[in-house]
Amino acid sequence: MRKIVILATLAGAILSAAASAQGAPSRFDFETGGKLLLTRGITEVGGAGGGGITPWAVITGNETDRGIGGTVHYTRLDLPDFTFQSYGAAIGLFDRVEFSYARQEFDTGATGGALGLGNGFTFAQDIWGAKLRVAGDAVYGQDRWMPQIAVGVQYKQNDQGAVIGAVGGDSASGYDLYASATKLYLSQSLLVNVTARLTNANQNGLLGFGGDLGTDHTLQGEVSVGYMISRRLVVGAEYRFMPDNLGFARQDDWYDLFAAYAVNEHLTLTAAWADLGSIATFGEQRGLFLSIQAGF
Amino acid sequence: MITLLAIAASLALTPAAMPTPPGELPVDPYEVSNSNAGAEPLSDPAVFEAFGGIEGIDRIVDDMVERITVDPRLADIFRASDFVRLRRTLKEQFCYLLGGPCDYTGMPMRSSHADHGITTAEFNALVENLQLAMDAEGVPFRMQNRLLALLAPMQRDIVTR
Repeated sequence: MRKIVILATLAGAILSAAASAQGAPSRFDFETGGKLLLTRGITEVGGAGGGGITPWAVITGNETDRGIGGTVHYTRLDLPDFTFQSYGAAIGLFDRVEFSYARQEFDTGATGGALGLGNGFTFAQDIWGAKLRVAGDAVYGQDRWMPQIAVGVQYKQNDQGAVIGAVGGDSASGYDLYASATKLYLSQSLLVNVTARLTNANQNGLLGFGGDLGTDHTLQGEVSVGYMISRRLVVGAEYRFMPDNLGFARQDDWYDLFAAYAVNEHLTLTAAWADLGSIATFGEQRGLFLSIQAGF
Repeated sequence: MITLLAIAASLALTPAAMPTPPGELPVDPYEVSNSNAGAEPLSDPAVFEAFGGIEGIDRIVDDMVERITVDPRLADIFRASDFVRLRRTLKEQFCYLLGGPCDYTGMPMRSSHADHGITTAEFNALVENLQLAMDAEGVPFRMQNRLLALLAPMQRDIVTR
Protein backbone atom coordinates (compact mmCIF):
# COMPACT_ATOMS: atom_id res chain seq x y z
CA MET A 1 0.00 0.00 0.00
CA ARG A 2 2.73 2.43 1.00
CA LYS A 3 4.58 1.65 -2.24
CA ILE A 4 1.52 2.44 -4.30
CA VAL A 5 1.07 5.76 -2.51
CA ILE A 6 4.72 6.68 -3.03
CA LEU A 7 4.58 5.72 -6.70
CA ALA A 8 1.39 7.68 -7.21
CA THR A 9 2.90 10.71 -5.48
CA LEU A 10 6.02 10.49 -7.63
CA ALA A 11 3.93 10.19 -10.74
CA GLY A 12 1.91 13.21 -9.65
CA ALA A 13 5.10 15.22 -9.20
CA ILE A 14 6.26 14.26 -12.69
CA LEU A 15 2.86 15.18 -14.05
CA SER A 16 2.85 18.66 -12.57
CA ALA A 17 6.46 19.25 -13.63
CA ALA A 18 5.62 18.28 -17.19
CA ALA A 19 2.48 20.40 -17.21
CA SER A 20 4.38 23.48 -16.05
CA ALA A 21 7.07 22.80 -18.65
CA GLN A 22 4.66 22.93 -21.60
CA GLY A 23 5.95 25.21 -24.33
CA ALA A 24 9.38 25.57 -22.77
CA PRO A 25 12.26 23.13 -23.23
CA SER A 26 12.82 21.25 -20.02
CA ARG A 27 14.36 18.08 -18.72
CA PHE A 28 10.76 16.96 -18.21
CA ASP A 29 9.90 17.39 -21.87
CA PHE A 30 7.16 14.78 -22.15
CA GLU A 31 4.52 14.95 -24.83
CA THR A 32 0.84 14.98 -24.03
CA GLY A 33 -1.98 13.77 -26.25
CA GLY A 34 -1.86 11.61 -29.34
CA LYS A 35 -4.24 8.70 -28.77
CA LEU A 36 -7.14 8.18 -31.16
CA LEU A 37 -10.59 9.13 -29.85
CA LEU A 38 -12.07 6.71 -27.29
CA THR A 39 -9.01 4.43 -27.30
CA ARG A 40 -8.13 5.44 -23.73
CA GLY A 41 -11.45 3.92 -22.64
CA ILE A 42 -13.64 5.45 -19.97
CA THR A 43 -13.16 5.00 -16.21
CA GLU A 44 -14.60 1.94 -14.54
CA VAL A 45 -16.21 2.29 -11.10
CA GLY A 46 -12.96 1.22 -9.40
CA GLY A 47 -10.99 4.02 -11.05
CA ALA A 48 -9.07 2.10 -13.72
CA GLY A 49 -9.19 2.85 -17.43
CA GLY A 50 -11.69 0.49 -18.94
CA GLY A 51 -15.33 0.06 -19.51
CA GLY A 52 -17.93 1.06 -16.93
CA ILE A 53 -17.74 -1.86 -14.50
CA THR A 54 -14.54 -3.63 -15.51
CA PRO A 55 -10.92 -2.61 -16.19
CA TRP A 56 -9.54 -2.91 -19.71
CA ALA A 57 -5.97 -3.43 -20.89
CA VAL A 58 -5.84 0.13 -22.25
CA ILE A 59 -3.92 2.78 -20.31
CA THR A 60 -5.84 5.90 -19.31
CA GLY A 61 -4.95 9.35 -20.67
CA ASN A 62 -4.35 10.55 -24.21
CA GLU A 63 -0.61 9.97 -24.07
CA THR A 64 1.35 7.70 -26.39
CA ASP A 65 4.59 5.88 -25.62
CA ARG A 66 6.33 9.28 -25.59
CA GLY A 67 4.31 11.06 -22.97
CA ILE A 68 2.01 11.31 -20.01
CA GLY A 69 -1.72 11.70 -19.68
CA GLY A 70 -4.41 11.73 -17.09
CA THR A 71 -8.13 11.59 -16.46
CA VAL A 72 -10.65 12.49 -13.78
CA HIS A 73 -14.09 10.95 -13.56
CA TYR A 74 -17.43 11.17 -11.83
CA THR A 75 -19.93 8.32 -12.04
CA ARG A 76 -23.39 8.13 -10.54
CA LEU A 77 -25.79 5.22 -10.49
CA ASP A 78 -29.30 5.77 -9.17
CA LEU A 79 -30.81 2.50 -7.96
CA PRO A 80 -34.31 1.91 -6.56
CA ASP A 81 -33.07 1.63 -2.95
CA PHE A 82 -29.54 3.08 -3.06
CA THR A 83 -27.38 5.70 -4.74
CA PHE A 84 -23.89 4.81 -5.90
CA GLN A 85 -21.19 7.37 -6.71
CA SER A 86 -17.58 7.05 -7.77
CA TYR A 87 -15.09 9.82 -8.41
CA GLY A 88 -11.35 9.94 -8.78
CA ALA A 89 -8.29 10.55 -10.89
CA ALA A 90 -5.81 8.46 -12.82
CA ILE A 91 -2.59 9.04 -14.69
CA GLY A 92 -1.07 7.15 -17.60
CA LEU A 93 2.66 7.03 -18.20
CA PHE A 94 4.00 6.28 -21.68
CA ASP A 95 0.88 4.28 -22.56
CA ARG A 96 2.45 1.61 -20.37
CA VAL A 97 1.65 2.20 -16.70
CA GLU A 98 -1.45 3.54 -14.99
CA PHE A 99 -2.01 4.71 -11.41
CA SER A 100 -5.49 5.46 -10.19
CA TYR A 101 -7.45 6.56 -7.18
CA ALA A 102 -11.21 6.37 -6.79
CA ARG A 103 -13.58 6.97 -3.92
CA GLN A 104 -16.83 5.08 -3.93
CA GLU A 105 -19.85 6.10 -1.89
CA PHE A 106 -22.86 3.90 -1.49
CA ASP A 107 -25.68 5.89 0.08
CA THR A 108 -28.39 3.72 1.60
CA GLY A 109 -30.83 6.65 1.90
CA ALA A 110 -34.14 5.65 3.50
CA THR A 111 -33.13 2.00 3.01
CA GLY A 112 -30.50 2.54 5.69
CA GLY A 113 -33.29 3.16 8.16
CA ALA A 114 -35.04 -0.07 7.15
CA LEU A 115 -31.75 -1.96 7.62
CA GLY A 116 -31.32 -0.46 11.08
CA LEU A 117 -28.29 1.61 10.01
CA GLY A 118 -30.04 4.96 10.04
CA ASN A 119 -31.33 7.04 7.16
CA GLY A 120 -28.60 8.16 4.78
CA PHE A 121 -26.05 5.71 6.14
CA THR A 122 -23.23 5.58 3.57
CA PHE A 123 -20.63 2.91 2.92
CA ALA A 124 -17.52 4.44 1.38
CA GLN A 125 -14.19 3.08 0.24
CA ASP A 126 -10.94 4.35 -1.20
CA ILE A 127 -9.47 2.38 -4.09
CA TRP A 128 -5.83 2.67 -5.10
CA GLY A 129 -4.99 1.02 -8.38
CA ALA A 130 -1.96 0.27 -10.52
CA LYS A 131 -1.94 -1.31 -13.95
CA LEU A 132 0.91 -2.43 -16.19
CA ARG A 133 0.52 -3.09 -19.89
CA VAL A 134 2.57 -6.21 -20.60
CA ALA A 135 1.96 -7.27 -24.22
CA GLY A 136 0.21 -6.64 -27.50
CA ASP A 137 -1.48 -3.63 -29.01
CA ALA A 138 -5.27 -3.41 -29.10
CA VAL A 139 -5.34 -0.90 -31.97
CA TYR A 140 -2.37 -1.53 -34.26
CA GLY A 141 -2.17 -5.32 -33.98
CA GLN A 142 -4.92 -5.83 -36.55
CA ASP A 143 -2.88 -8.49 -38.39
CA ARG A 144 -2.33 -10.52 -35.23
CA TRP A 145 -4.56 -12.54 -32.94
CA MET A 146 -2.71 -11.23 -29.88
CA PRO A 147 -4.78 -8.78 -27.83
CA GLN A 148 -3.37 -6.01 -25.64
CA ILE A 149 -2.79 -7.48 -22.20
CA ALA A 150 -2.39 -5.69 -18.90
CA VAL A 151 -2.18 -6.82 -15.29
CA GLY A 152 -3.38 -4.74 -12.38
CA VAL A 153 -4.04 -4.49 -8.68
CA GLN A 154 -6.66 -2.56 -6.73
CA TYR A 155 -6.26 -2.03 -3.01
CA LYS A 156 -9.52 -1.08 -1.31
CA GLN A 157 -10.11 0.37 2.14
CA ASN A 158 -13.71 0.55 3.36
CA ASP A 159 -14.55 3.00 6.15
CA GLN A 160 -17.43 1.03 7.71
CA GLY A 161 -15.53 -1.83 9.33
CA ALA A 162 -17.88 -2.19 12.31
CA VAL A 163 -21.01 -2.65 10.17
CA ILE A 164 -19.17 -4.96 7.79
CA GLY A 165 -18.18 -7.13 10.73
CA ALA A 166 -21.72 -7.10 12.08
CA VAL A 167 -23.18 -8.45 8.82
CA GLY A 168 -20.62 -11.25 8.59
CA GLY A 169 -17.90 -9.59 6.53
CA ASP A 170 -14.37 -10.77 7.23
CA SER A 171 -12.41 -7.55 6.59
CA ALA A 172 -12.86 -3.86 5.82
CA SER A 173 -9.92 -3.85 3.41
CA GLY A 174 -8.81 -6.05 0.61
CA TYR A 175 -7.24 -6.23 -2.79
CA ASP A 176 -8.15 -7.49 -6.24
CA LEU A 177 -5.64 -8.78 -8.79
CA TYR A 178 -6.68 -8.81 -12.41
CA ALA A 179 -5.50 -9.47 -15.94
CA SER A 180 -7.28 -7.87 -18.89
CA ALA A 181 -7.10 -8.60 -22.60
CA THR A 182 -8.48 -5.95 -24.96
CA LYS A 183 -8.71 -6.14 -28.72
CA LEU A 184 -10.18 -3.97 -31.39
CA TYR A 185 -11.51 -5.98 -34.34
CA LEU A 186 -11.46 -3.04 -36.75
CA SER A 187 -12.76 -5.02 -39.73
CA GLN A 188 -15.89 -5.72 -37.69
CA SER A 189 -15.88 -2.35 -35.86
CA LEU A 190 -15.92 -4.38 -32.64
CA LEU A 191 -14.13 -3.96 -29.35
CA VAL A 192 -13.81 -6.91 -26.99
CA ASN A 193 -12.38 -7.05 -23.48
CA VAL A 194 -12.05 -10.02 -21.18
CA THR A 195 -10.87 -9.59 -17.60
CA ALA A 196 -10.05 -12.28 -15.05
CA ARG A 197 -10.16 -10.98 -11.48
CA LEU A 198 -9.03 -12.61 -8.26
CA THR A 199 -11.23 -11.10 -5.57
CA ASN A 200 -13.04 -11.69 -2.31
CA ALA A 201 -14.84 -8.35 -2.37
CA ASN A 202 -18.51 -8.16 -1.43
CA GLN A 203 -20.34 -5.80 -3.80
CA ASN A 204 -16.99 -4.61 -5.12
CA GLY A 205 -15.82 -4.07 -1.50
CA LEU A 206 -18.67 -1.78 -0.46
CA LEU A 207 -19.83 -4.55 1.91
CA GLY A 208 -16.28 -5.53 2.83
CA PHE A 209 -14.12 -8.49 1.90
CA GLY A 210 -14.79 -12.16 2.50
CA GLY A 211 -17.50 -13.35 4.85
CA ASP A 212 -19.18 -16.17 6.69
CA LEU A 213 -19.51 -18.16 3.43
CA GLY A 214 -15.86 -17.82 2.42
CA THR A 215 -12.81 -15.61 2.81
CA ASP A 216 -10.57 -16.79 -0.05
CA HIS A 217 -10.04 -14.92 -3.29
CA THR A 218 -11.85 -16.58 -6.16
CA LEU A 219 -11.43 -16.11 -9.90
CA GLN A 220 -14.23 -14.08 -11.52
CA GLY A 221 -14.71 -13.29 -15.19
CA GLU A 222 -15.72 -9.97 -16.70
CA VAL A 223 -16.57 -9.27 -20.35
CA SER A 224 -17.18 -6.11 -22.37
CA VAL A 225 -18.24 -5.98 -26.01
CA GLY A 226 -18.62 -2.72 -27.90
CA TYR A 227 -19.70 -1.84 -31.41
CA MET A 228 -18.24 1.35 -32.85
CA ILE A 229 -20.90 3.39 -34.59
CA SER A 230 -18.57 6.30 -35.34
CA ARG A 231 -15.23 7.71 -34.25
CA ARG A 232 -17.06 9.25 -31.31
CA LEU A 233 -19.71 6.71 -30.38
CA VAL A 234 -19.53 3.16 -29.14
CA VAL A 235 -22.43 1.08 -27.79
CA GLY A 236 -22.17 -2.24 -26.05
CA ALA A 237 -22.75 -4.49 -23.08
CA GLU A 238 -20.78 -5.69 -20.09
CA TYR A 239 -21.12 -8.60 -17.70
CA ARG A 240 -19.23 -9.05 -14.44
CA PHE A 241 -19.39 -12.21 -12.35
CA MET A 242 -19.37 -11.67 -8.60
CA PRO A 243 -18.36 -13.85 -5.65
CA ASP A 244 -20.95 -14.66 -2.97
CA ASN A 245 -19.39 -14.64 0.48
CA LEU A 246 -22.05 -13.10 2.72
CA GLY A 247 -24.74 -15.34 4.19
CA PHE A 248 -27.19 -12.56 5.00
CA ALA A 249 -27.53 -11.30 1.44
CA ARG A 250 -27.13 -13.07 -1.88
CA GLN A 251 -24.89 -11.23 -4.36
CA ASP A 252 -25.78 -11.25 -8.02
CA ASP A 253 -23.62 -10.67 -11.09
CA TRP A 254 -23.56 -7.16 -12.57
CA TYR A 255 -24.32 -6.25 -16.15
CA ASP A 256 -24.99 -3.15 -18.20
CA LEU A 257 -25.86 -1.84 -21.64
CA PHE A 258 -23.86 1.29 -22.44
CA ALA A 259 -23.29 4.09 -24.91
CA ALA A 260 -20.08 6.14 -24.67
CA TYR A 261 -19.67 9.37 -26.60
CA ALA A 262 -16.43 11.30 -27.07
CA VAL A 263 -17.44 14.96 -27.19
CA ASN A 264 -13.81 15.74 -28.09
CA GLU A 265 -10.36 14.44 -27.20
CA HIS A 266 -10.81 15.66 -23.62
CA LEU A 267 -14.37 14.76 -22.67
CA THR A 268 -16.24 11.45 -22.79
CA LEU A 269 -19.82 10.98 -21.63
CA THR A 270 -21.27 7.57 -20.87
CA ALA A 271 -24.84 6.52 -20.21
CA ALA A 272 -25.77 2.97 -19.32
CA TRP A 273 -28.57 0.85 -18.01
CA ALA A 274 -26.99 -1.12 -15.21
CA ASP A 275 -28.39 -4.08 -13.29
CA LEU A 276 -26.57 -4.96 -10.06
CA GLY A 277 -29.16 -7.53 -8.97
CA SER A 278 -29.76 -7.96 -5.27
CA ILE A 279 -27.82 -5.77 -2.83
CA ALA A 280 -28.07 -6.26 0.95
CA THR A 281 -31.35 -8.21 0.54
CA PHE A 282 -32.90 -5.50 -1.67
CA GLY A 283 -33.53 -7.06 -5.06
CA GLU A 284 -33.71 -5.72 -8.61
CA GLN A 285 -31.22 -2.91 -8.14
CA ARG A 286 -31.12 -1.54 -11.64
CA GLY A 287 -31.03 1.97 -12.97
CA LEU A 288 -29.41 4.69 -14.97
CA PHE A 289 -25.62 4.84 -14.88
CA LEU A 290 -24.11 8.18 -15.90
CA SER A 291 -20.40 8.87 -16.12
CA ILE A 292 -18.32 11.82 -17.18
CA GLN A 293 -14.61 11.55 -17.82
CA ALA A 294 -12.28 14.42 -18.63
CA GLY A 295 -8.66 13.94 -19.58
CA PHE A 296 -5.61 14.97 -21.51
CA MET B 1 29.32 -19.42 -69.39
CA ILE B 2 28.15 -19.89 -65.82
CA THR B 3 29.78 -16.58 -64.90
CA LEU B 4 28.00 -14.84 -67.74
CA LEU B 5 24.67 -16.30 -66.63
CA ALA B 6 25.31 -15.15 -63.09
CA ILE B 7 26.10 -11.64 -64.27
CA ALA B 8 22.98 -11.61 -66.43
CA ALA B 9 20.88 -12.84 -63.50
CA SER B 10 22.29 -10.24 -61.16
CA LEU B 11 21.62 -7.52 -63.73
CA ALA B 12 18.02 -8.69 -64.04
CA LEU B 13 17.59 -8.50 -60.27
CA THR B 14 18.99 -5.00 -60.02
CA PRO B 15 16.05 -2.64 -59.54
CA ALA B 16 15.42 -0.78 -62.72
CA ALA B 17 15.32 2.96 -62.26
CA MET B 18 11.70 4.04 -62.76
CA PRO B 19 11.36 7.01 -65.07
CA THR B 20 10.44 9.98 -62.89
CA PRO B 21 6.79 10.93 -63.59
CA PRO B 22 6.23 14.55 -64.58
CA GLY B 23 6.07 16.94 -61.65
CA GLU B 24 7.79 14.55 -59.26
CA LEU B 25 11.27 14.62 -57.80
CA PRO B 26 13.58 11.70 -58.62
CA VAL B 27 13.96 8.97 -55.98
CA ASP B 28 16.63 6.35 -55.42
CA PRO B 29 15.92 3.15 -57.38
CA TYR B 30 13.98 0.40 -55.59
CA GLU B 31 12.24 -2.80 -56.57
CA VAL B 32 8.67 -2.06 -57.65
CA SER B 33 6.18 -4.59 -56.32
CA ASN B 34 2.64 -4.69 -55.02
CA SER B 35 4.06 -6.33 -51.90
CA ASN B 36 5.45 -2.87 -51.05
CA ALA B 37 1.84 -1.81 -50.32
CA GLY B 38 2.21 -3.41 -46.89
CA ALA B 39 -0.90 -5.60 -46.81
CA GLU B 40 -2.89 -8.05 -48.89
CA PRO B 41 -5.74 -6.41 -50.82
CA LEU B 42 -9.37 -6.90 -49.81
CA SER B 43 -11.43 -9.18 -52.03
CA ASP B 44 -14.85 -7.78 -51.07
CA PRO B 45 -16.01 -5.56 -53.97
CA ALA B 46 -18.52 -3.83 -51.69
CA VAL B 47 -15.71 -1.95 -49.95
CA PHE B 48 -14.17 -0.61 -53.17
CA GLU B 49 -17.68 0.43 -54.20
CA ALA B 50 -18.32 2.14 -50.84
CA PHE B 51 -15.19 4.23 -51.40
CA GLY B 52 -16.60 5.43 -54.72
CA GLY B 53 -14.14 3.44 -56.81
CA ILE B 54 -11.01 5.03 -58.24
CA GLU B 55 -12.62 8.49 -58.47
CA GLY B 56 -13.73 8.38 -54.84
CA ILE B 57 -10.31 7.21 -53.67
CA ASP B 58 -8.67 10.01 -55.66
CA ARG B 59 -10.90 12.61 -53.97
CA ILE B 60 -10.25 11.10 -50.53
CA VAL B 61 -6.47 11.16 -50.99
CA ASP B 62 -6.52 14.72 -52.37
CA ASP B 63 -8.64 15.86 -49.43
CA MET B 64 -6.45 13.98 -46.93
CA VAL B 65 -3.27 15.54 -48.33
CA GLU B 66 -4.88 19.00 -48.22
CA ARG B 67 -5.71 18.43 -44.55
CA ILE B 68 -2.22 17.12 -43.79
CA THR B 69 -0.53 20.18 -45.27
CA VAL B 70 -2.42 22.53 -42.95
CA ASP B 71 -2.36 20.30 -39.84
CA PRO B 72 0.03 21.95 -37.35
CA ARG B 73 0.68 18.54 -35.76
CA LEU B 74 2.18 17.33 -39.04
CA ALA B 75 3.92 20.46 -40.30
CA ASP B 76 7.41 19.20 -39.49
CA ILE B 77 6.98 15.82 -41.14
CA PHE B 78 5.83 16.88 -44.58
CA ARG B 79 7.73 20.13 -44.91
CA ALA B 80 10.13 18.73 -47.51
CA SER B 81 7.82 16.17 -49.08
CA ASP B 82 7.09 15.64 -52.75
CA PHE B 83 3.32 16.03 -52.56
CA VAL B 84 2.82 15.14 -56.22
CA ARG B 85 4.44 11.78 -55.63
CA LEU B 86 2.72 11.37 -52.25
CA ARG B 87 -0.73 11.82 -53.80
CA ARG B 88 0.00 9.41 -56.66
CA THR B 89 1.44 6.63 -54.51
CA LEU B 90 -1.25 6.97 -51.80
CA LYS B 91 -3.98 6.73 -54.44
CA GLU B 92 -2.32 3.63 -55.88
CA GLN B 93 -1.89 2.08 -52.47
CA PHE B 94 -5.49 2.66 -51.30
CA CYS B 95 -6.89 1.52 -54.67
CA TYR B 96 -4.75 -1.63 -54.58
CA LEU B 97 -5.57 -2.44 -50.92
CA LEU B 98 -9.29 -1.90 -51.50
CA GLY B 99 -9.22 -4.49 -54.28
CA GLY B 100 -9.35 -1.98 -57.13
CA PRO B 101 -7.69 -2.43 -60.54
CA CYS B 102 -4.46 -0.68 -59.53
CA ASP B 103 -0.84 -1.55 -58.91
CA TYR B 104 1.22 0.06 -56.17
CA THR B 105 4.49 1.43 -57.51
CA GLY B 106 5.66 3.22 -54.36
CA MET B 107 8.29 2.20 -51.85
CA PRO B 108 7.79 -0.19 -48.93
CA MET B 109 6.37 1.51 -45.82
CA ARG B 110 9.53 1.16 -43.79
CA SER B 111 11.90 2.77 -46.31
CA SER B 112 9.45 5.44 -47.46
CA HIS B 113 9.04 6.69 -43.88
CA ALA B 114 12.50 5.98 -42.51
CA ASP B 115 13.72 9.58 -42.71
CA HIS B 116 10.56 11.23 -41.39
CA GLY B 117 10.96 10.41 -37.70
CA ILE B 118 7.24 9.82 -37.25
CA THR B 119 5.78 9.31 -33.77
CA THR B 120 2.66 7.36 -32.83
CA ALA B 121 0.85 10.66 -32.14
CA GLU B 122 1.70 11.83 -35.66
CA PHE B 123 0.64 8.49 -37.15
CA ASN B 124 -2.69 8.90 -35.35
CA ALA B 125 -3.00 12.46 -36.69
CA LEU B 126 -2.61 11.03 -40.20
CA VAL B 127 -5.35 8.50 -39.41
CA GLU B 128 -7.65 11.30 -38.20
CA ASN B 129 -7.12 13.28 -41.38
CA LEU B 130 -7.88 10.16 -43.42
CA GLN B 131 -11.04 9.58 -41.34
CA LEU B 132 -12.19 13.15 -41.98
CA ALA B 133 -11.51 12.76 -45.71
CA MET B 134 -13.46 9.48 -45.80
CA ASP B 135 -16.31 11.16 -43.89
CA ALA B 136 -16.35 13.98 -46.44
CA GLU B 137 -16.61 11.40 -49.24
CA GLY B 138 -19.51 9.74 -47.38
CA VAL B 139 -17.79 6.39 -46.83
CA PRO B 140 -19.73 4.52 -44.12
CA PHE B 141 -17.75 4.17 -40.87
CA ARG B 142 -17.71 0.37 -40.91
CA MET B 143 -16.31 0.48 -44.46
CA GLN B 144 -13.69 3.04 -43.38
CA ASN B 145 -12.60 0.56 -40.74
CA ARG B 146 -12.02 -2.14 -43.38
CA LEU B 147 -9.26 0.06 -44.83
CA LEU B 148 -7.97 1.19 -41.43
CA ALA B 149 -7.64 -2.47 -40.38
CA LEU B 150 -5.12 -2.92 -43.20
CA LEU B 151 -3.27 0.33 -42.48
CA ALA B 152 -3.09 -0.02 -38.66
CA PRO B 153 -0.30 -2.65 -38.56
CA MET B 154 1.85 -0.37 -40.75
CA GLN B 155 2.30 1.71 -37.59
CA ARG B 156 5.12 -0.67 -36.68
CA ASP B 157 7.01 0.22 -39.90
CA ILE B 158 6.07 3.89 -40.10
CA VAL B 159 6.66 4.98 -36.49
CA THR B 160 10.37 5.25 -35.80
CA ARG B 161 10.61 7.34 -32.66
